[in-house]
Amino acid sequence: MTAGGPARPGGADVTRWRGIATDPDADRSRAEDTSPEAVARLRARSRVLLRDLLRPHRRRLGLAVALLLGQNAAAMAGPYLVMLGIDAGIAPLRAGDPGPLVAVAAAFAAATVVEYVARRGFLTLSARIGQAVLLDLRQRVYGHFLRLSVAFHERYTSGRMVSRLTSDLDSIAELAGGGIDSLVLAVLSILSVAAILLWLDLPLAAVTLLAFPFLFWLSRWFARASAAAWRRTREAVALVIVHFVESIRGIRAVQAFRRESRNERIFATLNDDYRRASLRAFRLIATYSPGIKVIGNVTVAVVLCYGGWRVLGGATEIGVLAAFLLYLRRFFEPMQELSQFYNSLQSATAALEKLAGVLDERPAVAEPAHPVPLPGGPGRGAVAYRSVTFGYRPDAPILRDLDLAVPAGQTVALIGPTGAGKSTIAKLLARFHDPLAGTVTLDGVDLREVADAELRRAVVLVTQETHLFGGTVAENIRFGRPAADDAAVEAAAQAIGAHDFITALPDGYATEVHRRGGRLSAGQRQLVAFARAFLADPAVLILDEATSSLDVPTERLVQHALGTILRDRTALVIAHRLSTVEIADRVLVLEGGRIVEDGPPARLAAAAGRYAALHRQWRDSLL
Amino acid sequence: MPAESDGDPAPGVDGGRHPLHSLWRLRPYLRPYAAEFGWLLLAGLGATAASIAVPLVVQRVVDGPVARQDPAGLFRLAGLALLLGLVEALLIFIRRWVQSSSSMGIEAAIRADVYAHLQRLPASFHDRWQSGQLLSRIISDLSVIRRFLSFGLFFLVLNLVTYLVVVLLLIRLHPALGLLVAASAVPLFLISRRFARHYHAASRRMQDQQGDVATLVEETAQGLRTMKAYGRGPELAARFAGRARALHDTGVGKGRLLARTSARLDLVPNLTLGVVLVAGAAAVAGGGLTIGELVAFVSLQLMLIWPVQSLGWIIANGQEAATAADRVREVLDTPPAIVDAPGAITLPRADVRGRLRFERVSFRYPGSTTPVLREIDLTVEPGETLALVGATGCGKSTLLSLVPRLHEVSGGRITLDGHDLRQLRLASLRRLVGVAFEEPTLFSMSVWENLTLGRPDAGEDEVRAALALAQADFAYELPWGLATRVGEQGLSLSGGQRQRLALARAVLGRPALLVLDDPLSALDVHTEALVEAALKRVLRTTTALLVVHRPSTIALADRVALLEGGRVTAVGRHSELLATVPAYRAVLSAGPPPGATAGGPTPGGRGLVRS
Repeated sequence: MTAGGPARPGGADVTRWRGIATDPDADRSRAEDTSPEAVARLRARSRVLLRDLLRPHRRRLGLAVALLLGQNAAAMAGPYLVMLGIDAGIAPLRAGDPGPLVAVAAAFAAATVVEYVARRGFLTLSARIGQAVLLDLRQRVYGHFLRLSVAFHERYTSGRMVSRLTSDLDSIAELAGGGIDSLVLAVLSILSVAAILLWLDLPLAAVTLLAFPFLFWLSRWFARASAAAWRRTREAVALVIVHFVESIRGIRAVQAFRRESRNERIFATLNDDYRRASLRAFRLIATYSPGIKVIGNVTVAVVLCYGGWRVLGGATEIGVLAAFLLYLRRFFEPMQELSQFYNSLQSATAALEKLAGVLDERPAVAEPAHPVPLPGGPGRGAVAYRSVTFGYRPDAPILRDLDLAVPAGQTVALIGPTGAGKSTIAKLLARFHDPLAGTVTLDGVDLREVADAELRRAVVLVTQETHLFGGTVAENIRFGRPAADDAAVEAAAQAIGAHDFITALPDGYATEVHRRGGRLSAGQRQLVAFARAFLADPAVLILDEATSSLDVPTERLVQHALGTILRDRTALVIAHRLSTVEIADRVLVLEGGRIVEDGPPARLAAAAGRYAALHRQWRDSLL
Repeated sequence: MPAESDGDPAPGVDGGRHPLHSLWRLRPYLRPYAAEFGWLLLAGLGATAASIAVPLVVQRVVDGPVARQDPAGLFRLAGLALLLGLVEALLIFIRRWVQSSSSMGIEAAIRADVYAHLQRLPASFHDRWQSGQLLSRIISDLSVIRRFLSFGLFFLVLNLVTYLVVVLLLIRLHPALGLLVAASAVPLFLISRRFARHYHAASRRMQDQQGDVATLVEETAQGLRTMKAYGRGPELAARFAGRARALHDTGVGKGRLLARTSARLDLVPNLTLGVVLVAGAAAVAGGGLTIGELVAFVSLQLMLIWPVQSLGWIIANGQEAATAADRVREVLDTPPAIVDAPGAITLPRADVRGRLRFERVSFRYPGSTTPVLREIDLTVEPGETLALVGATGCGKSTLLSLVPRLHEVSGGRITLDGHDLRQLRLASLRRLVGVAFEEPTLFSMSVWENLTLGRPDAGEDEVRAALALAQADFAYELPWGLATRVGEQGLSLSGGQRQRLALARAVLGRPALLVLDDPLSALDVHTEALVEAALKRVLRTTTALLVVHRPSTIALADRVALLEGGRVTAVGRHSELLATVPAYRAVLSAGPPPGATAGGPTPGGRGLVRS
């Protein structure tokens, strides 16, 4: 493969910039699968999810419907009472008797009060239910994201996760925000009017029924087309969000390399895709709803002709026809509202499908159903890899049949070129992934059988990419052990040599690290991450390139601290700097997923292997 | 909004302005659609007229041809009813199509502008603003505005027109009773105004909270490995629950407010109806009004119920759009602090010798009082490589970020060949400067695209040379070579691989100035030596500013500057400084290699294991 050919996207081409993904997109995860079977499954799954979400609110929903009916009855009673007042109240009033009019007015006032109370009650209650469902859903999805494996997140990407928990939930909130009342009232009014129509004139009602196949056909078309269109919208907006999140996160690189205009072109394509996808969805409802209107209006005209003809033939009364026609209009009127609601429902369902897809995803690195407790007591932390095979893709294994035993308390340094499998060994021990074959054990217990909380107490991995969460420096250190008090946090920082720079910050330990630790340098962030790990006090500590951004004196300080920290725990240290390796009890040199040298650093340095060569190089580079 | 209140630079949020001010200021986006808005209003009114006409025609049919036994007349009028019905549907169709395309177009146009603007806002803005807050503005807030433009605004106008027409008809029918109905607009207005005020605050709060939720989600996605490594899922879930709960509470509060107001608004036409009933009955009894007139009056008055009932919803929609517009405006109104000065010039690459001078440069982050850099005086001669050395957090990276003007100096100036950097066009300056940050940023794009980030015109040879220099030939061995997608959504690369690609990107196309922040930190010793050798060749001819932590990398530099507490305390050749400046030696020296002397950090008890 040369740099030419497909590698080179043309200047104006704004689609090839993405490059070729190593996994085809459709296979990224079940959550994003778009095959027809998967869609049908997700649709079914989203219905189950919806029922599940509503179940705890059954009684409140019942009450809400009752309030709605009460409000509606009171609202209907109003005009009726006014007419009654005119019909029955005026004659007695003329005769000097205000009694009937006062009685009607009182009844009207009562109806108004009932309507006020019921409407207020219904709206409050439905907002409560809607918000409760949203809260439940939001927390479920977030919680599930937390449980899903690192491998899932690497495929799914942060932008998609953000999209699911923001834009998709917005779509569902829109449905919860209103529409339910129109649904109930529309159905109610359609049913009652249908009954009246049947009762008024059966043959005319039969003609009216002829509209139904058309309504059905139109609705089925809309259902299919709009489900696809809304689904497409959800996917399009996710791409907008993914690109947005990424370019804002990398804003320094964007600006330093004058990427702005090309980014704008790319964003314009994605933005326009989203616009077109939404436009398609909106045009469908913009067609469906007048379509229903057409059917209704044509039916009115047909009934008018047929009914008129029947009246002319003496088959029915003119009054019946007049009434029938009036009611017929009130039969089709609510269908407009129904179509609106149906559209919102389709939009929300498309979003719910995406969320159902996430919830459907089984954590690849699952919590054991019956966890085995780790043996307690001092001297714990023995790690063993037994014939471990692992690769990020099954066809490209990185580790093959790896056997490695690390006794409790030993400090092991892993060195070797890029791609040798050092980080993979570390990640397996932190159970970011499970081995494809073989087992990794801690104190004799397979990691797959250890409860997550217990495993995390026992094993901590510190990597080169140190993430600081929003909040203060102290909170970030406390992330290692949430129960720790301020003194413990400071002690940890002191032990690692981070105390001085932290106290020099504007608010000391209470300094907000801001977005992604904006104002701390890379080295300072590594120090905070170290303090965090120190505070966590695990039996097994894994350091993957954890000191790469430190200056020499600070690194020396950290190493000095490590001497204390690692004293009574097992440690796996991956470092390019041999200075870090020097504190190890044992060095493993890896190449192509295999251990090629194994022994105490002094002995390896004295031998004639790879380590010895590296060691010499390193010593030469020192001052 | 506690999350960003400290540094909120928004000038658009001062309370003195009318709540609708920001929404009104978005009108340039509506202008291209002015004709469409006219049409859709006409279509809407036409459809309403047709829908009123259909029952009238039906009534005529029943009263006329049917009663008079006239089949021809029946079919003619039925045909008219059919035609009117079709026209009504057609007008609705037109209105909705126009509505959707114009509102979507407006939404997309604002989004594109906000995005473009955000890309031009300086790093200091992005340091302060959480990306979740920005994201919720560009997605959620814009869809709220779109909803108002496509529905709320239209119904507001339509309902107002309906209300006015009906009230005028009522006044014509019976001036006294009509004026009574007209007077009911006063309580409606008062209720609405009160509601708008409360709802305004609530919807702003909710939008900010949505931003907080988005921020936490994004942060969680970023820090997922850290979260997993410490098993802090429960803590994050609790934090999320807190924010989701706040959102929920605001939502419930908004719902309660809307419920109360809707019910109250509903009360007004009902009470007016009651008063009309009693007063009308009295008038009829007194002979001032016929029963027929009263019936007509009441039936007409019933047409007011829907416009009033929907008022609450429309106001809510409008307030949400207003606060959303405020939030969008806050971003759009933040002026990009780092822009081309008037009369800024373009320096052609060929004319650049590459003399970089810092003249009494000081810097402090916006909103902070403590300077990070003070009175920096430094000169890098053409072709010279200057290394910056200093303890973690002493301001080295900040100093580098001033060269491509990612941050702007707070005092003093930086010149390139005598030109103040601020007198150069940004695009020109940034084209001259090649940068590699301490954290290599790769985007979800092909390797090729990542390398040619700002230089889409780069040729194959240039890319090849850059990759070779950075020892990044591994890129050819990726599954699809340079077309392989890397970055978050693509293949994950190791820290060392990412750093090498970032280095290749920086040196691509031979920039006049190289600014490299600890460019070799993540490389293993072997690769480091190779990259160093290749870099040396490039640096011979390029002016370069490097941040260096390791003695091994210092060999790249001709001279070294020691940075302490934001000041340059020593400049000179490595060997000179080593000999004369103890602080310099302290910063670079790892001390005697551990194990060589007893003074090394030998961990207790280790000796036994080692031997």
